[in-house]
Amino acid sequence: MLVNNGLVYLIALPLFGSALLLLAGRRADRWGHLFATAMSAMSFVLGAVQFYEMLGRDAENRAVTQKLFTWISVGSFNVDAGLLLDQLSICFVLLITGVGTLIHIYSIAYMDHDKDRRRFFAYLNLFIAAMLLLVMGDSYLNLYVGWEGVGLASYLLIGFWNQKPAYATASKKAFIANRVGDMGLSFAIMIAFATMGTVSFIGVKEAAEGSSQGALTAIGLMLLLAATGKSAQFPLQAWLGDAMAGPTPVSALIHAATMVTAGVYLITRSNFIFDAAPTAQLLVVIVGAITLLFGAIIGTAKDDIKKALAASTMSQIGYMVLATGLGPVGYAFAIMHLLTHGFFKAGMFLGAGSVMHGTGDEVNMRKFGGIRHFMPVTFATFGLGYLAILGVPPFAGFYSKDKIIETAFYSGGIKGILIGSIALFGAALTAFYMTRVMILTFAGTPRYDINNPPHESSFLMLLPMGILAIGSVTSGFLLARGEALVHWLEPLFHAHEGHGPEILPPVVISLMALTVVIIGATFAWFKYGRGPVADTAPTNVSIFTRIARRDLLQDDFNESVFMRPGQALTRLIVKTDDVVVDGTVRGVAAATLGSGAALRTSQTGFVRSYAALIVIGAIALIAAIWAVTL
Amino acid sequence: MNYLTLIMAIPLLGAALIATLPQSKSLLAKQFALGTTLIAAVATIFMTTKFERSNTALQFVESYDWIKAFGIKYAVGVDGIALVLILMTALLTPIVVLAGWNESEGGRWSTKTFYILILVLQTMSFGVFAATDVFLFYVFFEAMLVPVYFLIGGYGSGERSAAAVKFLLYSLFGGLLMLASIIALYVLSGEQGGHTFDIEALSQLEMSSTTQNLLFLGFFIAFAIKAPLFPFHTWLPDAAKSATPGTSVLLLGVLDKVGTFGMIRYCLSIFPEASKTFTPLIITLSVISILYGAFLAIGAKDIKRLIAYTSISHFGFITLGIFAMTTQAQSGATLYMFNHGFSTAALFLVAGWMISRRGSSTIADFGGLQRVTPVMAWSFFIAGMSSLALPGLSSFVSEFLVLVGTFTRYPVAAVIATFGIVLAALYILIPVQRALHGPTEPGNENLKDLNLREKIAIAPVIAVIVVLGFYPSPALNIINPAAAQVVSQMGFTDPLPTHGGK
Amino acid sequence: MNPTNYLYVSALLFTIGAIGVVVRRNAIVVFMCIELMLNAANLSFVTFARMNGNLDGQVVAFFTMVVAACEVVVGLAIIVTIYRSRRSASVDDASLLRR
Repeated sequence: MLVNNGLVYLIALPLFGSALLLLAGRRADRWGHLFATAMSAMSFVLGAVQFYEMLGRDAENRAVTQKLFTWISVGSFNVDAGLLLDQLSICFVLLITGVGTLIHIYSIAYMDHDKDRRRFFAYLNLFIAAMLLLVMGDSYLNLYVGWEGVGLASYLLIGFWNQKPAYATASKKAFIANRVGDMGLSFAIMIAFATMGTVSFIGVKEAAEGSSQGALTAIGLMLLLAATGKSAQFPLQAWLGDAMAGPTPVSALIHAATMVTAGVYLITRSNFIFDAAPTAQLLVVIVGAITLLFGAIIGTAKDDIKKALAASTMSQIGYMVLATGLGPVGYAFAIMHLLTHGFFKAGMFLGAGSVMHGTGDEVNMRKFGGIRHFMPVTFATFGLGYLAILGVPPFAGFYSKDKIIETAFYSGGIKGILIGSIALFGAALTAFYMTRVMILTFAGTPRYDINNPPHESSFLMLLPMGILAIGSVTSGFLLARGEALVHWLEPLFHAHEGHGPEILPPVVISLMALTVVIIGATFAWFKYGRGPVADTAPTNVSIFTRIARRDLLQDDFNESVFMRPGQALTRLIVKTDDVVVDGTVRGVAAATLGSGAALRTSQTGFVRSYAALIVIGAIALIAAIWAVTL
Repeated sequence: MNYLTLIMAIPLLGAALIATLPQSKSLLAKQFALGTTLIAAVATIFMTTKFERSNTALQFVESYDWIKAFGIKYAVGVDGIALVLILMTALLTPIVVLAGWNESEGGRWSTKTFYILILVLQTMSFGVFAATDVFLFYVFFEAMLVPVYFLIGGYGSGERSAAAVKFLLYSLFGGLLMLASIIALYVLSGEQGGHTFDIEALSQLEMSSTTQNLLFLGFFIAFAIKAPLFPFHTWLPDAAKSATPGTSVLLLGVLDKVGTFGMIRYCLSIFPEASKTFTPLIITLSVISILYGAFLAIGAKDIKRLIAYTSISHFGFITLGIFAMTTQAQSGATLYMFNHGFSTAALFLVAGWMISRRGSSTIADFGGLQRVTPVMAWSFFIAGMSSLALPGLSSFVSEFLVLVGTFTRYPVAAVIATFGIVLAALYILIPVQRALHGPTEPGNENLKDLNLREKIAIAPVIAVIVVLGFYPSPALNIINPAAAQVVSQMGFTDPLPTHGGK
Repeated sequence: MNPTNYLYVSALLFTIGAIGVVVRRNAIVVFMCIELMLNAANLSFVTFARMNGNLDGQVVAFFTMVVAACEVVVGLAIIVTIYRSRRSASVDDASLLRR
């Protein structure tokens, strides 16, 4: 494989930016944001150069590597600090640095009034560096470093305003849910090393062919656990909604476009394991299917614009995970949806941020209404994203989501029909909740103080939104034209295997998808678009709505099954340690003291009684000796 | 050159010099102590550069008759494992002196005495890691208790006398069990060709399995108390809570390592068969320690106790690594000892500064420190991240090596131990949230951030944590040959990849 | 004469002394009883020396005498001091160690 010693700079630049901004402290307040943006932009340029060079090589020689140094080497456990940039990584690199740079630019204006803006940019740069390491590491262990690194950045950014206890709790929750997933990644690495003796992607790929079904399934399941943590998939999805506590650019970058898609990357990267472990693969599909419905249902009930979008993210990533579970044909479509989603969801989040910025940090959609009159540009960009996520042709989502639904239907048998239908139903729900968001926010009559109307955001914020909106419109077409992305990624997967029987012509499936989208959107219009919307959430709603508002009881479940028993266990152990373990130690001490005190009473202080005792003792001794010798 | 004797002599000379100072010159005493420990650190670093990494034999060996009649020798020498621990001690002590510049105030005795005790403790720490004569080791092992006893009892806070006595008696109890075993070894060696206390010679002894098991337990319990391993751990939180932060660093960072170091150097080499017999039990205790310590830390309300409990969890990982008997786990365990020294030092020192500023060690009394004292909060956060083994920081490398090495031989133990990483996230993030995040609690508004002296003290610790996280090779290169030697001497080879049965 | 008889005398003297130590309260008398016990032991030593035909027992007897003399010096001094402070020579009154 080709060696390119420049890869490290992609990561080093933002890492340097982060370190410098944090170490320089307040001295960097005036230029920190610009410096960080420059670092991110330079990283993007480097990525683009790599991409250009890669285009110039033929398909087999596109991947480049770089070995930095020997990281850990003990016995047969050898892990280099090595980087790998291949057709898959470059997609992510461009997405991360591209969208990342746009969001840096957006944040310059968005965080203008925050006195800790420099710290915010330091965290953003740290995130970019960690995320790049995640997608460019050449082994599972290197990926792990980036994996936890983005978790740390996410923790810091969710808790950026951690002076509010609820936000601090949200960041902690995200970190811990992620750690549960990380544990899965640890297990996967351990099993890989124990059974294959290597943890590098290339090594595992080679060894996978000769490995037993059991080991591969175990690794696959553990990787899936890792993916569910990072990508907020069922059953580790609960942290994502709370993660919206972070500043909105963070939600756009980390919790929509990039970090949460790391799970999809992990599964795609490990295609050689999942392809060989059908059980694990089936579970991937199931997790994806559950999550896409789960997220969509939550999305229909949320009044907080960011939480509605977060639920939507969860649901869309569910689509991607579903696609990765469909085997070789699905990977490319998962990545395609990931890329288009990166554009339109980041764009919509930035739009939401723009609305919040204009309304004094209001997030409750019931307090919005008719904002399109005051913020036309935001409305336009958000609207384009909306059309993209719905999958309206020719917007981006049409190309990617339709392909996933199609592939799901073609995956064969009852299973295919079932997951295809779920995906289709999810599309209807998506249309419903996104139309609801659009109507509540931008249409209808204002439900706020009309004398203090929202104002359109500054150019620095609108520019990234505009660029992302262009992406939302064109990216799908560009990626799907001539199956560009599929061919691009083909060398990594065995995509030539093709899919199952085409039970319905693709056109019919597209029409079906379009139909359910129209139904969903119309339904939302009937419910919210025709009359005035209450500015507080109605309380006389069905039990289903209430459950959906409570995030399908995910927190209640976690609290009653893990948190409270965990707290009880902690209390029990603390008590046990005090009473039983330390109690024994203290007991020994007390027994020693007590026996001393008891024996002391025999010391009366009367000399004559001591003397008498000596005499009696002497006689007893003599008698004893006598008795023995007799 | 007699490097080991030299580095042991430097602190002792410094202590003698300080003893000649007049009582009133406490600042001079501090400066002398700092200077001495710095010289010792430089000398140790120099010695490390002279160490031949590929050579698995003991190096810098010295041997002189001490008590000829009993075959007792002053014999010292180091392998890679002992060397990194000596290096850790040498690096940590000046940091402790600098960080705890004012710790001796409020003690029963003078500042002079405080630093004499610290320096004497440093000499003994060097000695205990360097000794290759069991009797010499025992002398250092027990004599170390004395300065620590006075450091806790004389300069600590709260119920310092009770904690000091608990520490002393608990440790002495273990020490006496070990003494009995040592005497038995001495007698056995006399029966098999000449009385000796030399480790090499003792490891050649032939013993019945019962004898070996009993003598092993004598050593092991002493080390398990020192380490400390569940269920012998309850002295640690009390001692750590009452001691000054600097003393706590030496206590957890250096003294406790004697326990785990002793397991490698004495339990494994002298009693290989008994070690194998007891391995299932010890692995179980280690796993219990990991989870148990973590739960205790989660439930802790006092920040110093919390750090002590996290250490119990970490020592569980170390003993797990030692007894898993793979090169990865063994190297990981030694590296863990080194890294734990630094990450605990960082935690304790920053916690100490927080406590001395706030006047309370209850976590609930803090709050919002990140806004008031950002540098201090960041230092605590990074130390905490190291404690929860975040990849990119040094503890991750060692923890992962232990886990992956254990997994190849004891998958179930490794899997259960891995749950510790989730608990670690809890026990670090809970105090981080309570103390650093949230609104600034009343009483915390006017806390001062770290001053220059404190920044200089914490910077090298954090530097070591970060650098070894990304580039652990310098440490691993020293440790690996020695660790591999330990594993092969026990007759183990690393399990080969199974390819899942194919 | 059969030396064994000396041993009987020695045992008798020792018993008298021991009983005296236990039953008498006056410190001086107790003290004298102790002297009696010591001298009973001396008598035994000398007798043994005689019976075994060597001088070891006699040497020990001298040791005992020296020890007894030291004891008299220290013991009497204590008794006199106690008497001065308490106006009593009863050993039962001097039971301070109990508390």
